[in-house]
Amino acid sequence: MLPALVVVPALGAVGAYAHRTVAYRTAWLVGTAVVHGGLVTVVWTSRPASLLDGWVALDDLGMLVLTIVSILFLVVAVYAVGYLRHEDPRGGRAFVSCLLAFLAAASLVSLSHHLGVLWVGMEASTLAIAPLIYHRHDRRSLEAVWKYLVLSSVGIALALLGTFFMATAQFAVPASDRPLVLTDLVRGAPQLHPAWLKAAFVFLLVGYGTKMGLAPLHTWKPDTYGEAPSPVGALMCGGLTALAFLGVARTMQVVAAAGLASFAQPVLIGFGLVSLVVAAAFVLGQADLKRLLAYSSVEHMGLLVLGLGLGGAGTYGSALHLVNNALAKGLLFLAVGNVVLAAGSSSTAVRGLGRALPISAALLVVGLFAATGSPPFGPFLSEFIILRAALAGGHPTLALVVVGLLATIFAGMAVSILRVVHGEPGPDIRPEADHAWLVAGPITLALGVLLLGLYLPAPLGEALRHAAASLGGTAP
Amino acid sequence: MTTLSSLLLTLVVLTDFAILGTSRLSTCIRAIGVQGLLLAGLPLALHPGWSLHIIGLALGTGVVKAVALPWFLRWAIREANVRREVEPFIGFTTSVLLGAAAVAVAFVVAPRLPLPEREGTLLVAVALSNVLTGLLVLTSRRKAITQVVGYLMLENGIFVFGLTQAQRVPFLLELGVLLDVFVGVFIMGIVVFHINREFDTLSSSQLEELRET
Repeated sequence: MLPALVVVPALGAVGAYAHRTVAYRTAWLVGTAVVHGGLVTVVWTSRPASLLDGWVALDDLGMLVLTIVSILFLVVAVYAVGYLRHEDPRGGRAFVSCLLAFLAAASLVSLSHHLGVLWVGMEASTLAIAPLIYHRHDRRSLEAVWKYLVLSSVGIALALLGTFFMATAQFAVPASDRPLVLTDLVRGAPQLHPAWLKAAFVFLLVGYGTKMGLAPLHTWKPDTYGEAPSPVGALMCGGLTALAFLGVARTMQVVAAAGLASFAQPVLIGFGLVSLVVAAAFVLGQADLKRLLAYSSVEHMGLLVLGLGLGGAGTYGSALHLVNNALAKGLLFLAVGNVVLAAGSSSTAVRGLGRALPISAALLVVGLFAATGSPPFGPFLSEFIILRAALAGGHPTLALVVVGLLATIFAGMAVSILRVVHGEPGPDIRPEADHAWLVAGPITLALGVLLLGLYLPAPLGEALRHAAASLGGTAP
Repeated sequence: MTTLSSLLLTLVVLTDFAILGTSRLSTCIRAIGVQGLLLAGLPLALHPGWSLHIIGLALGTGVVKAVALPWFLRWAIREANVRREVEPFIGFTTSVLLGAAAVAVAFVVAPRLPLPEREGTLLVAVALSNVLTGLLVLTSRRKAITQVVGYLMLENGIFVFGLTQAQRVPFLLELGVLLDVFVGVFIMGIVVFHINREFDTLSSSQLEELRET
C-alpha cells in the first residue's frame, strides 16, 4: 500500500507525458489525484506496517502531511483543468508531469523514516517544482527560477551536511542501531553525541528552513510566488512548505528525545519571530497580490516554528496550523489565480472584482479572513493555541508582540485585498474566471477551513495528539 | 590515513585556491574537474580493501565530477561566449586571502571536533575548507557559471565529509551522487538561460527586475 502512494503519481507523470492533447493530460492529472486521495483514505483506516527495514513507514505526523498534500493536490488538479483552458503554458506537456512528479516526491517525503530518504524526496520535490515556475519562459520567470534554484540548492546542500552530522552523532550508539533511521535515532537519542546533534539540528534547520521560507532565508519566496502560475503557487505555499516543515519537525523529534529541547527551542522561537516581523514589514503597502501571499506564507511558516519552539501545547498548535495553512493559503492562492485570469495581472491596482467576479471575490474575502486567523475559521483556533502556549510557557511579552504583528499583517492584507474587491470594474476584466472548474476547488477549501474552525473531526484530533506527543509536546 | 590520501586531500585544497584566484572561467572549470578527479581517487586511497562498493563509488564520482560536469560547463561558456569573471563583488586577491583564512579556521576547528577515529580529522578539515570556500565563491562572483562552480566546491566538501562515514553508512555517498544530478539540472537552468537569449550575458547581477518597489 505504501509504495503505491509514490509509484502511482510517478506512473501518472509518465502516462501524462505520453499524450499530446491537453484534455488527456488533465484527465491523467485528475485521475491520478483521485486515486492518490483514495489510497490516502485507505491508509488512514488500515495503517500499513513499515517497509524496507524501517526506512519507509507511516506515523501520525507523516500522515498529516500526506493528507494535506493529497487534498490540496486534488483541488489544484481540478483547478488546473479550468486553468489550462485559459492559459497555455509553453512547457505544455511537462506541466502536468511535473505536478505529478511533485506529488510522488511529496508522498516519499511524508513516508520516509530515514533522514537520507527524506532528503532525497525533498530534493526531488524541489526539482519537480522548478520547471513549473519557469513555464512562462520570460525574463521575469527566468529570474524567479534562478533565485529559487540557487537558494534552494544551497539550502538542500546544507541539509545534506546536517544529515551527515546526524550520522556522525550516532558513532557511540550500539551497532544494532540502524544509521539515520528515525525510530532508532529517537530510541537511542540519549546516546547521541550532543555536539554533533546540535550541529546537525542547526544545519538541518537552516537547510529545510530555506525551503520553508523562514526569514531571513525567505528572499526567494516573493519572487517565486509572484511569478509561479497560481495552481503551482497554491501547491508550493500549502504543500511544499509542509514538506519542509516535516523535515524540521523530524529533526526536532530527535533533539527532543535527546533532551536537548532547551537548546533548540530559543532558536526556533527566534526564527519564528523574525519571520513574523519581516512579514509584517513587507505586507504593508504591497503592490502585488501574489507577493502579498508570499509574505503571508512567511508569516505562517514563522507561526509553525514558533509553536514548535514553544513546546507543550504549541506543538499541537503547529500541527493543526499546518493543516489550516494548507487549506487557507491554497484557497487564497487559487482565488488570486482567478483574479489574474480575469484581470491579466496580480496587481493591487485592479478594482471592482466584487461586481465582475462575485464568486471569486467572495472566495478572496473568505480566504483573507481565514489566512489572517479571524474567527470562525480554522487558523484562528491554531493561532490561539500557539498564543496560549506562549502564555503557559511564561512568555507574555512574546505573546503580546505576536498579537501585535498578527494585527499588522491583518491590516496590511485587508487593505490590499478589499481594495481589489471594491469599486467599479475596469473594461478589460473578463468575467469567465468564475467558471465551475475554477471555483469548485476553492469552495471546497473554504468549507474545509470553516469546518476546522467549528468542529475538529475525532480521527484528526487523535492524529494531532499523537503528532504533538512525538514532538515532545502535549494536547491543549 | 595513508600518505596518498593526505596528498590527495592537500591537492583538493590547492584546487580551491586555483578557483579563488583566477578570473578565467576556463581555468575555474579545469580546476573543478581536477578536484573531481582527486575526489574519485579518495575512496580508493582511504579504503585499500577495494570492495565493489568502493570501486563503483570511485568510478561514479569520476564520471560525474571529473568528466560530465566540466564538459557541460565548458559547453555552456562556449555557447554563451563568456571568458572571464568581471568585477566580482570581492576582488581576486581578497578572495584568496579570505579563502586562506577560511582554510585556517577549518584546520583549527577540525581537531577539536569529537570524532570516532582520529584519522578522520584531515578529512573533516578539508571538508570544512571546501564548504567555506565554496560559499565564498558562490556569494562573491557575478557570473552564473562561477556561482555553479562555487556550488560544486560546496558540494565536494560535503562529499569529503561523507567519506568519514562511508564504512558505517554506505548509503550516504550515493546521496552525494544524487546531489550531482541536482547540479546537472541546475546547470541546465543556465543552458536554458542562454537558449532563450533573454539576457545578453550570463551575469546573475542582471537579474534584478524582481524586487520590492
